[in-house]
Amino acid sequence: MLSDRPITPSTLGVKDLPWQIEWDKDLCTQCGRCTSVCPVSAIELGVFRKRTIVTPAGLRKKPSNEHSIFYGIRQKTDPAYGCIGCSMCNMVCPNNAIQPNRDEGSTTLKYHNDRGGQPRTRGGRRNSEESLLDQIKFMRISMLTDPALDAGRHEFSLNTLLGRVLSPEQSLKCMAENGWKPPVREIYPLVIGGMSFGALSPNMWEGLQMGVAYLNEELGMPVRISTGEGGCPPRLLRSKFLKYVILQIASGYFGWDEIIHAIPEMQVDPCAIEIKYGQGAKPGDGGLLMWHKVNKLIAAIRGVPTGISLPSPPTHQTQYSIEESVAKMIQSMSMAWGFRVPVYPKISASSTSLAVLNNLTRNPYAAGLAIDGEDGGTGAAYNVSMNHMGHPIASNLRDCYNALVVTGQQNELPLMAGGGIGKSGNLAANAAALIMLGASAVQVGKYVMQAGAGCLGSEKDRCNVCNIGICPKGITSQDPRLYRRLDPEKVAERVVDFYLSFDTEIKKIIAPLGRSSSLPIGMSDALGISDRDAAERLGIKYVV
Amino acid sequence: MCRLFALTSRDPISPMRAIDALNVMKEGHDGSGVGLYLNGLSGPFEELKDCPILSGIFTEAGLRRLDQYSMDKGFKSKFSILYAPDGPPPVGTPVRGTYAAIAYSVPKGWENLSEAEQGSRLVQMRLDLKKMGEESGDMMVFSFWPDTIVIKEVGDPLEIGEYLQLDRNKDIYARRILAQGRQNTNYAINLYACHPFFIEGVASMTNGENTAFIPIKEYLQSRNITGYSGYQSDSEVFTHIAHYTTKRLGLDIRAYKHIITPLSDSEIAEHPDREFLTELKRSCRKLIIDGPNCVIGCLPGGRMFMTQDRKKFRPGIVGGKDGIFGFSSEVCGLNAAIPDRDKSKDFQPMHLDTVIVGPDCKEIIQCSQTDQLPRQL
Repeated sequence: MLSDRPITPSTLGVKDLPWQIEWDKDLCTQCGRCTSVCPVSAIELGVFRKRTIVTPAGLRKKPSNEHSIFYGIRQKTDPAYGCIGCSMCNMVCPNNAIQPNRDEGSTTLKYHNDRGGQPRTRGGRRNSEESLLDQIKFMRISMLTDPALDAGRHEFSLNTLLGRVLSPEQSLKCMAENGWKPPVREIYPLVIGGMSFGALSPNMWEGLQMGVAYLNEELGMPVRISTGEGGCPPRLLRSKFLKYVILQIASGYFGWDEIIHAIPEMQVDPCAIEIKYGQGAKPGDGGLLMWHKVNKLIAAIRGVPTGISLPSPPTHQTQYSIEESVAKMIQSMSMAWGFRVPVYPKISASSTSLAVLNNLTRNPYAAGLAIDGEDGGTGAAYNVSMNHMGHPIASNLRDCYNALVVTGQQNELPLMAGGGIGKSGNLAANAAALIMLGASAVQVGKYVMQAGAGCLGSEKDRCNVCNIGICPKGITSQDPRLYRRLDPEKVAERVVDFYLSFDTEIKKIIAPLGRSSSLPIGMSDALGISDRDAAERLGIKYVV
Repeated sequence: MCRLFALTSRDPISPMRAIDALNVMKEGHDGSGVGLYLNGLSGPFEELKDCPILSGIFTEAGLRRLDQYSMDKGFKSKFSILYAPDGPPPVGTPVRGTYAAIAYSVPKGWENLSEAEQGSRLVQMRLDLKKMGEESGDMMVFSFWPDTIVIKEVGDPLEIGEYLQLDRNKDIYARRILAQGRQNTNYAINLYACHPFFIEGVASMTNGENTAFIPIKEYLQSRNITGYSGYQSDSEVFTHIAHYTTKRLGLDIRAYKHIITPLSDSEIAEHPDREFLTELKRSCRKLIIDGPNCVIGCLPGGRMFMTQDRKKFRPGIVGGKDGIFGFSSEVCGLNAAIPDRDKSKDFQPMHLDTVIVGPDCKEIIQCSQTDQLPRQL
């Protein structure tokens, strides 16, 4: 490094970076692992020059300079190589000689992130830790009339229904007339939301599928996983495990050729078809799988050339409007599987959610509605859309549920909620709150990544580079050198682990409320919040 | 937890017999309310079987407004019991005015209306009157239906029975009596929160706690059925579910248990009516009660039933002899009311059972949820 290095408007010091590498010269063995593992090349081997002034005793000889060199680690200050705090350097260091530390006061990099006229795109998180869902308390504890239930020993019925449920009158009529009744699946209320094959690494995907299969086959928990856009591996399409999978079709239609062609050879029907119209963290914006991730396998499954970016347009381009789509796409998808598979749309929570819901209530083939709130994880979004666009899930879901209550169709058209559930780790509490606000099931993606594969990202802008294929844990990378780090078996184990603990925790919540024989969907009298406006908005109790 | 007692008898009996039984179970109710449902009335009401009877509490002004209202609608009073107690009320009971049961002849042209339409109009009139009363505080209306009297008041059941001199008036002897001594729990003391609840000939009372109250209430209210309103108590929904099951869905009361507490999937898989029950469980999932509850009810035609949730720790009991049967939340109540019965034939319905006693008061019919249902369709 030059002593008189140029200082230009975008020159930063190490102090300006949000993450600063602390390296201990005495502990370092100079093995070089940290620099080779750093996903963003924020550190490099450095040669440092050291000057020592030697002052001999007495006055006869003058002090002299001695120059020596030593080797060490240098942090780059170029914004393009800013440390992301993933801490991989620390994980590989045999001596704990190096670690990134966050400097809360440094915000300067924010002004230099956008380079070459390109705004920053980011994978994953909104960088805000507060969550309304975490503020909700469960407070209608059953004590007066009857004792609360024992979460550890009592039998609980936690399954929910996916698919349009007929009203009692329609149902009896349908039975009497031997008419067509919409397909309904009994599923576990915690669904793994769409994270596409392409966005996730093969190892991550395999781990998730194995975990889901184990939960179903061995533990009898009807857990379902949505594929996300991007298709589904041909072997899975033709296997009996397809029944645990919700196939997602989005506006890019990636992988659908493969799926349609596999229909005649499918041994079982998929659990459902999810038509994605929007995603929570960048509503109205399309998806983008960056070229880094489009390797041979992904290209083959998606039916595209390798090494090109794959944008999904913000809308389904063959359709003019959501109304038309509800009428046409849901029907044609239902028809493709002989009206045996529930088909439902997924939209981003927005001020038009109610309008979409209205369209669905009058469509006999619509099997539900998935709503994705602003906190939804997304593999690639502009900073500005992720942080400043979208509708929080709680009030949007509540509005939709209340709209169904007015027409008497609550739970007949199941609502699935997603977006920020468990983002601070409180998965069961957040899910229970949403269920009591009216969700029939909840969808989680980010939590599954974080818990299932040991994702390093956080809501403090740590790591969060899922979009550019350099995921240091190999979760969202298509580079075999990276995804080999992830053991699918271990992912499956963790998925099973967190499902089982979720199951215990949700029982711990609903048992004291005295509930066991049905999921407490819409049990809003059990909820309280210390924010008066939020209480009023959600129609729950205001408590302090 | 509230105490419940019901009697079904071939011959009319005094409601005080049920109240005496409640008194034996006194430690379980706190005087926050007493409710009585009387059906199969004797005396002059017996001759006016088709005339709807309005029961409620009125001030002088309220009675005048009622007269005006019924006249406007073309209803004529045929027979009435008006009782205004002159002594001081028991502690905790407010002075209210006149306790009334008035039988009306229906206006001309009603005969041409369908039974359902007549029922719906009577319910609407009851709701109108209730609303008028809530606005001005001069009337409280509990039922408006042929051969039915409902009495409700805040206070200890025995003291209220004596205050209203129920045993002196032979005209209110009845063949089917539901009586409740209320224990105030989650919600405020409100006269309309007293059981039994009543809608179009279906009456029921409950003890326990219905944790699914809000979702069920919201669901029932959204059914767009006249009379699915009120809900000052979490137990009112049980009556409406019974009404919905029998009158709207046209199912037998044996299906009621399948709606409020459906079998588990594995149990349904072995049931002869598995297809029907799966469908019923799915479509009526919003009506699953989720709490320990004992429901005692009475249906049009005079059938009385008892059923309970599987979480109920202490089941109710049914027993009696030819001609009279009692349904009680505690055995001591039944012992007090029908001491000379064959106790070995008493039955405590557990989580799968529904117990029915027909209007002939001959025997206790026990039905299990695992039994095949009568042909429903």
